[in-house]
Amino acid sequence: MTDVAAVHGHAKSGFWARLTAPENRGPLLVAPAIITLFVMNIFPLLWSFGLSFFNYRANRQNVPEFVGLKNFERVLTDEKIWDRFQTTAIIVGSSVTLQLIIGFSLAMLFAKHFPMRRIIMMLVLTPMMLSFVSVGVFFKLYYEPTFGLLSWVVNLFSSEPFALLSSSTGALIGIIFADAWMWSPFVMLLVLAGLVSVPKYLYEAAEIDRVSSWRRFVTITLPYIKSLLLLAILFRTIETFKIFDIIYIITEGGPGSSTESIAVNIYRMAFQNFRTSRSGALAYIILFIVIVLTNLYLYSVNRRAHEETL
Amino acid sequence: MAKQREIGKAGWGHTAVAGIVGFIYFFPVFWIILTAFKTRTDALEIPPKLFFTPTLDNFRAVFFRSSITSDETAATNFILYFFNSIFIAGTAVLLAMLIGTLAAYAFSRHPLKGNDTYLFIILTTRMMPPIVVIIPIFLMFRLTGLAGSYWGILLLYTAFNIPFSIWLVKSFFDELNPEIEDAARMDGSTDWRVFFGICLPQIYAGLAATFVFGMILTWNEFLFALLLTGVETRTVPVAMARTLGGSVGVDYGLLAAIVTLFLIPICIVTFLLQNQLLRGVTFGTVKK
Repeated sequence: MTDVAAVHGHAKSGFWARLTAPENRGPLLVAPAIITLFVMNIFPLLWSFGLSFFNYRANRQNVPEFVGLKNFERVLTDEKIWDRFQTTAIIVGSSVTLQLIIGFSLAMLFAKHFPMRRIIMMLVLTPMMLSFVSVGVFFKLYYEPTFGLLSWVVNLFSSEPFALLSSSTGALIGIIFADAWMWSPFVMLLVLAGLVSVPKYLYEAAEIDRVSSWRRFVTITLPYIKSLLLLAILFRTIETFKIFDIIYIITEGGPGSSTESIAVNIYRMAFQNFRTSRSGALAYIILFIVIVLTNLYLYSVNRRAHEETL
Repeated sequence: MAKQREIGKAGWGHTAVAGIVGFIYFFPVFWIILTAFKTRTDALEIPPKLFFTPTLDNFRAVFFRSSITSDETAATNFILYFFNSIFIAGTAVLLAMLIGTLAAYAFSRHPLKGNDTYLFIILTTRMMPPIVVIIPIFLMFRLTGLAGSYWGILLLYTAFNIPFSIWLVKSFFDELNPEIEDAARMDGSTDWRVFFGICLPQIYAGLAATFVFGMILTWNEFLFALLLTGVETRTVPVAMARTLGGSVGVDYGLLAAIVTLFLIPICIVTFLLQNQLLRGVTFGTVKK
């Protein structure tokens, strides 16, 4: 270690030479990223982990008391929480399925070069670039019984008053529809990335052999995009699992608590009831689920990388 | 290299089909843009008005507030908010790219002990629900006086963008042929020149993808901006949400005008760098 400077040939400043020595290059280059992430992510994460063992409330002055695992116990035995998990699962399941179907169909449409492709694709990509606030507010308006665009269209066909958000099933459908609309383009991009990677000679060979288009899809296209589809499912599942803004604006979790997702629940617990510590405990349970899902995500990615090298 | 993996070609017939589907998909956005040009009564008219006399009043109202007592108009702060959004998102994404590219190069060329563990933890910080850290970050910002300052929100957004910058850029470095770099080193190039002269020019596409993707995600961030920006540093999504309150209900025309204006910069960026987006969506975890 000490003769690093000597190897380099300049003995003037030992510290600087040691710092920029070849074997320290990795840590040196990584350091800014790790430091930033530690300060802004890891440290707050540890802080809130600590908080979840106390009975801290952000709106009270008194010194928080250590309560051990009580917050976790409270959260895990609360039936309401399980109900919120169920709501979240329904939203995640339906929305991700819809995103896959729509995203996949759109990808098939854009998997060719055609005139004005870039401009038309922009139309489809725009929903992803809207803010949650604007999607929330305007979809709420579209669903509105008297002034809503969608309600107007429905009323052309039926005379029954159409109030989507007033029933719990309807409100769920409204949320799922808005979320799926916003994020299907993302799935489309993923599937497109897969479709582009299919070697063209396979299709040419299939054409010579006069393989039907369905068989061509099953035997050539699907294997190439299968793992990307899996990625899309996992990635969108992780993101949708955290769904908050859209629900908060369109229904605020209602009617009743029928559309209250787990993230909305945490938000309420933390900022309306000021049960800061308990919300931290619940947030950690979510974090744990997200870590498991991230592991699955990486596993499927690695498998794909492995398949490709074969 | 990529040429043999070309996708098929289609003609104007396909353009027509895709155009119709694209327009249907775009319709909710199209309606928002139409609303931006409508008067308050036209905006909520039933049956909905497709044809109307367009007005620019909503766009004027974004920037100038008319006063009840006199004919004079006072400027709103929206120019500042637009500047904030562009400045904060742009700077944070570029900063994250700088820090991320250095780290990505190290992860790719000078692996540390436990390289994969570091990468996993980095990815997890991106996947975690923001609500987990929002309270500590809020307390931290209040204690250090970062709340409401440009530095605070820039630092936070930079951290927010670093994980996928690293993952994405690393996947591009991984794909380069290290033999070229070794050859250059044999010829006496310094590591510095290898990095800037040989590696970086080969991954411009990757940097572009990182930029687009980072911009889309940062542009619309709401929760942290709501809690951590002040009057001077407020971004457009927060200002947008603040127009919702009030006793007269939502002014849809005004909101639509803000949404429309706010879409323009991000659409331009995305359109110019569209081809790189395909790489961005997978966070670089999947190689072409």
